[in-house]
Amino acid sequence: MTHEPHCQDFLKASEKALKDDQLQELLNRTLKSGFQKKRLMSMARLPEYDQLRDQARDVKNHILDHLDAYLERFELQVKKAGGHVHWAQDAEQAREIILKICQNAGAKTVTKGKSMIAEEIDLNDYLQDAGLVPIETDLGEYIIQLREELPSHIIAPAFHLSKTQVAETFKEHHTHLDPDRDMVEPTSLLKEARKELREKFIQADVGITGANFLIAETGTAMIVTNEGNGDLTQSLPRVHIALSSIEKVVPTLEDATLFLRLLARTATGQEQSVYNTFFTGPKRDGDLDGPEEFHMVLLDNRRTELLGSEFRDILRCIRCGACINHCPVYGVTSGHAYGWVYPGPMGSVLTPHFVGIKEAHLLPSACTMCGRCGEVCPVRIPLPDLLRNWRGHAFNAGKPGGLQRMGLKVWAWLAKRPTLYHAITPIKIWGMKLLAGKRGRFKSMIGAGGWTKTRDLPAPQGGTFQSRRQKGER
Amino acid sequence: MTERPPKIALFVTCLVDLMRPSVGFAAMRLLERAGAEVVVPKKQTCCGQPAYNSGDEADARAIAQQVIDVFEGYDTVVVPSGSCGGMIKEHYPKLFADDPAWKTRAQTLAARTQELTQYLAENLDLNDVSATVNGTVTYHDSCAGMRELGIKDQPRKLLATVDGLELKEMDDTESCCGFGGLFSIKYPDVSGAIVDKKADNVEAQKTDMLSGGDLGCLMNVAGKLKRRGSNVRVYHIAEILAGMTDQPGVGDAET
Ligand code: SF4
Repeated sequence: MTHEPHCQDFLKASEKALKDDQLQELLNRTLKSGFQKKRLMSMARLPEYDQLRDQARDVKNHILDHLDAYLERFELQVKKAGGHVHWAQDAEQAREIILKICQNAGAKTVTKGKSMIAEEIDLNDYLQDAGLVPIETDLGEYIIQLREELPSHIIAPAFHLSKTQVAETFKEHHTHLDPDRDMVEPTSLLKEARKELREKFIQADVGITGANFLIAETGTAMIVTNEGNGDLTQSLPRVHIALSSIEKVVPTLEDATLFLRLLARTATGQEQSVYNTFFTGPKRDGDLDGPEEFHMVLLDNRRTELLGSEFRDILRCIRCGACINHCPVYGVTSGHAYGWVYPGPMGSVLTPHFVGIKEAHLLPSACTMCGRCGEVCPVRIPLPDLLRNWRGHAFNAGKPGGLQRMGLKVWAWLAKRPTLYHAITPIKIWGMKLLAGKRGRFKSMIGAGGWTKTRDLPAPQGGTFQSRRQKGER
Repeated sequence: MTERPPKIALFVTCLVDLMRPSVGFAAMRLLERAGAEVVVPKKQTCCGQPAYNSGDEADARAIAQQVIDVFEGYDTVVVPSGSCGGMIKEHYPKLFADDPAWKTRAQTLAARTQELTQYLAENLDLNDVSATVNGTVTYHDSCAGMRELGIKDQPRKLLATVDGLELKEMDDTESCCGFGGLFSIKYPDVSGAIVDKKADNVEAQKTDMLSGGDLGCLMNVAGKLKRRGSNVRVYHIAEILAGMTDQPGVGDAET
């Protein structure tokens, strides 16, 4: 399973999602009565929520202004704690570095905690091709790994699947278990996954995790999970690799806690995630557990380019998923329609940067500009503005093309010529009014794009306001 | 010294001009009823949103410059549309970020521009629109008006002064109707699915009418309601406040 982008299939993929009743029901339930409602409830319990968001935005901006300094500090502290730091320019380098560490450790089995960066650089495939067995340990990631699918949500990768589908997947892959076992209860699925994964945890030679925050003052990497699988991935194997993109660094432990207060609340409505794990360097003399080696892989992958661009603000993102949870388009299409690892508003800003606007031009325009994403973002990223910036790039690259572009151009041309505009429009409008007759709406209409495919088009009342006023109407 | 009545320029918006002139007439009536003197500059066309939201910055700027030229001489500009109001107030200044002279002019116009219900409720402090409309209504909060201009209480406050009218709030009134201008044409199925949810919420209230402050959204929801065979009538808030609900609603047949 490779993660080649297929963002140009957005229309086809979204149509498929729209026809999938089960997916629609799942989206409706999980987003609306789940994530959205819980976020509101948790916000209500924290009166200073909005102040915290301003503070978080400011801290992030400060970090981005001094990113190099904080990264150097972080590197120094990791080394002091006995860890190794590897800098990776791009995906290729990151994969090579990780493979090398695994090979040096003589690894066969590699367990992985959830990491969007690993998805971004297509790590599993690469390790697999090199003869290693990477095993995802986050339940959602484990399920989609078995199904050879992409995550459909950044915090809930198997968001798009029902219990029944998961049960089917388990029966298909866990062939050594009783095929008639009862898998109706969600807990039975959880138990089974846990049991399967337990052995893998013990077999693993190397554990790879992502990181939610990198704390510069102490050289600490930190992850949040709800399953505790990250802890086991990090502490059981002999070698631990943490993989993170560079913008995750924060100055102090205190700053990290500021973001922690916002992250879980905004993401799932929890006060805190269940497991908040801080790891600093490898096991020290006298420590009861922990890895013997700790490797920190710091990935740029064109983030410094973003830093100097009009998309800089997206680097504040703490991957809470709130923008995705509140996006009306994601709410009916789900994540796979977006065609790459990051879906929804944050994805539609990131994906064009990674895969190119030519490939991803449909994403920034697959947005109603409702502004809800920007409203809920805990670090106040102006997502609609960033999406609109991408539309500018797309437009300059010739997208939209064809009829749509021509229509826009004609309209703009006319709008800039008021006299002509007011001479032509009443005639056109009377024409349309005649076509509609007394019906008040069109059931189908040439030139209305697909509008009338899903709804009627209200007909004009007749005459334009300006022309009717000219005639003395009040 | 006698106080002169406030002089207001009405930006009717292209959609109102072309599709539903009665919204423009309603807006004029309301403003005049509140004691304002209203002019409608002839040279106005469109606020430039289609170009702006399609990434065509050059045309968006050119159209914005024209709007600024036409409207900057007035004390107050009133717009019966949250998204066009938002375009002028929020986005015009951004369009000229690199052009100090135009930026100042854009900011000046932005500061003088108000959405209709905002202006009626806040500036004219209109606490009685003197209209009678018998029936129940549910109100859709259009995204741009609500999120860019903070319109939420104003229309409700005004609706409460209409004799015979009862407001029944629908579920998810703050969620997008899926219109999004060209989005609805470019992604008809996705847009159709989003407006389906809105129509569900509208119909669940079993009201006689649906209202809102943005004609684009209303045409979208009305189009869906009609396709579903619903009898809910759709009116722009200006029409309701002006007591103009004896005419066919958006998308309704003439009798
Ligand atoms: S863009 Fe904002 S809301 Fe979206 S995932 Fe990132 S931090 Fe969360």
